[in-house]
Amino acid sequence: MTAAVDLVDVSVRFGDFAAVRDARVHIAAGTFFSFLGPSGCGKTTLLRAISGFVQPSAGEVRIGGRNMAGIGPNKRPTALVFQNLALFPLMKVWENIAFALEVRGVGRAARRKRADELLDLIALPGQGDKLCDELSGGQRQRVAIARALAAEPDVLLLDEPLSALDLKLREHMRRELRAIQRRVGITFIYITHDQGEALTMSDQVAVMRNGVIEQVADGNALYDQPESAFVASFVGENNAFRGQVRAVDESYANVATDVGLLRARQSGRNGARLGVGDAAFVFVRPESLRFATADDRQNNFPATVAGIEFEGRFWQVFLDVADGKQRATMTRVNAPSDGPAIAPAPARGAGGEVTLSFSPDRSVALPDGPLASD
Amino acid sequence: MSPPSNSGARQGAHWLRALVARFGPGFGVCLLALAAFWVLLLILLPQLAMVDFSFRPNLPPAEQGGAHDTYTLEHYTYLIRGSEPDGYNTIDLAVFARTLLVAALVTVFDLAICYPIAYLLARSAHGGWARLLVLSLVVPFWVNEILRAFAFRILFGASGVINDALLFLGFAEEPMDFIRANVALYSGLAYAFVLLMIFPLYNAIESLDKNQVEAARDMGASTIYTHWRVVIPHAKPGISSGCTMVFMLSAGALAAPQILGGPSSLWFTQIIYQWFNTGNNWPRGSAYAIVLLVSTVLLVLLAMRVFKVRLTELGR
Repeated sequence: MTAAVDLVDVSVRFGDFAAVRDARVHIAAGTFFSFLGPSGCGKTTLLRAISGFVQPSAGEVRIGGRNMAGIGPNKRPTALVFQNLALFPLMKVWENIAFALEVRGVGRAARRKRADELLDLIALPGQGDKLCDELSGGQRQRVAIARALAAEPDVLLLDEPLSALDLKLREHMRRELRAIQRRVGITFIYITHDQGEALTMSDQVAVMRNGVIEQVADGNALYDQPESAFVASFVGENNAFRGQVRAVDESYANVATDVGLLRARQSGRNGARLGVGDAAFVFVRPESLRFATADDRQNNFPATVAGIEFEGRFWQVFLDVADGKQRATMTRVNAPSDGPAIAPAPARGAGGEVTLSFSPDRSVALPDGPLASD
Repeated sequence: MSPPSNSGARQGAHWLRALVARFGPGFGVCLLALAAFWVLLLILLPQLAMVDFSFRPNLPPAEQGGAHDTYTLEHYTYLIRGSEPDGYNTIDLAVFARTLLVAALVTVFDLAICYPIAYLLARSAHGGWARLLVLSLVVPFWVNEILRAFAFRILFGASGVINDALLFLGFAEEPMDFIRANVALYSGLAYAFVLLMIFPLYNAIESLDKNQVEAARDMGASTIYTHWRVVIPHAKPGISSGCTMVFMLSAGALAAPQILGGPSSLWFTQIIYQWFNTGNNWPRGSAYAIVLLVSTVLLVLLAMRVFKVRLTELGR
């Protein structure tokens, strides 16, 4: 069984502090959905509201269309994987996994059988009689997921479960989690501050800031069509040029910035358009910045190379722009297979004067607003 | 749970080195000597002297060390047989059994009332409310033990606060004799050791990750089942050390039974006291005291075996 989750204008207040404000989102049944945001953005509170440990101050949490008001965490069709896993250290691995069945009064033999099945699912066959302490971090991780799955929830909630793992294991567990989700087919709701996790695993991502959902979209759309300055600066790297809108047309805006007049695609929320005179940002991804050629008639501006870092697959070029008032970053792929390498030549090394450019279609113009680094 | 250390001796040597490294050889040896003095001279030797005493006949000082001063089992036999050669010392044995039974009941009662309090304290440890509760538990114990016992006597007396209240509210026709029924004694004993139960419990529960409680709940467990499967197993070392202390000290209490006990009932320590004091028979008093000590220790070890608690866990 799987179920959709609907948050209908959910607000959670702790005293005067609004942890979540008017969250409205539809999470389709059987999808992998992530809430992404910096710490303190309210994503964990929202997860606790879905699992039932927190009651919304306003609005409704619906699971499978059913309003969950007044239903405790032990009665909801959800299971939660805790950030610190919260495995029971005094129980064996299989007892941990079968705990939900034990609570329901399932007999010992049936519990053991189900635990062994789940151990197979998480690729830990035959480890049931160990204590949790005897497993590695990644194995404990999978046991926590199996324990939650044993409850046969319609919705599995995961609260940054990978944050304690090292980088290699984390990347491995991302694929593992995604594979488990496809196999069991239930809705996964995943909380993370790590955009890499959110983008690689999820069908849909909700980006949160200060208790508000800023944008809900798939990873590609978040990256290419951010709808707010926060999303543009939080998801991936971005060069931000602040300025004032001078002219607009159907889908582009011309913005006067410190580096000159820049033309960029509009990307506002729900098709909202910038107006002349509005304060705005132009965002250009490091990989969309390039050295200008003679053909470039617009979006040209001078820069001074401040430093170059060789990262293997690509070069990272740091540039001083707007007479040194701002720093920009550009990445150049090292020897792309489909053309000549555009490595920064030694002549363009540190201190070199260059002209940069970018395509209006590879950049976005958005209303002024707080950035992720603010 | 970490596996028990397999090499106590090596750990001991390491501990010694750490002590010397920390305080220097002079002060380190001083500390060690003080600890040894405490353990050997103040604890072990007096107890051994008691053991020796208990196997000697009760002789006037002039005959001590003389021809009649040979080891004997007469005092232990007396506890079982009494003065008649083929009878049983039913009075002393009954008091002994009752003392152990009541001490066990006091322990269970204390555990039952202290566990919820300790849990609440541990779960809300940061609020001013919890601190106030701890303070209100501790402050009464600044009052001297004897005074507290007398306060209970007044509380439970024929014209005490409780009887007055019962009469006023019409629950009783005439004052109840709480002292004779030993209600005062049992309440006094239970109250005397409340803190010794609460603090080990609090320490044990406080170290439990609260996510485990939430996880159990999220898996569908009721509150009681969560306590049964998650909180109590975690708190077991604290529960056993609290129970051990309360049981040992209840069984060995003297002031409370002296003051609060009913006129017709004795506590085993009172009999020991009588042999030492009015009976002027120190060897017999020693024998009785040794019996009490050994039986309480054995009972505690038995209970630990039954509840699968290791001795090392008590220290936690």
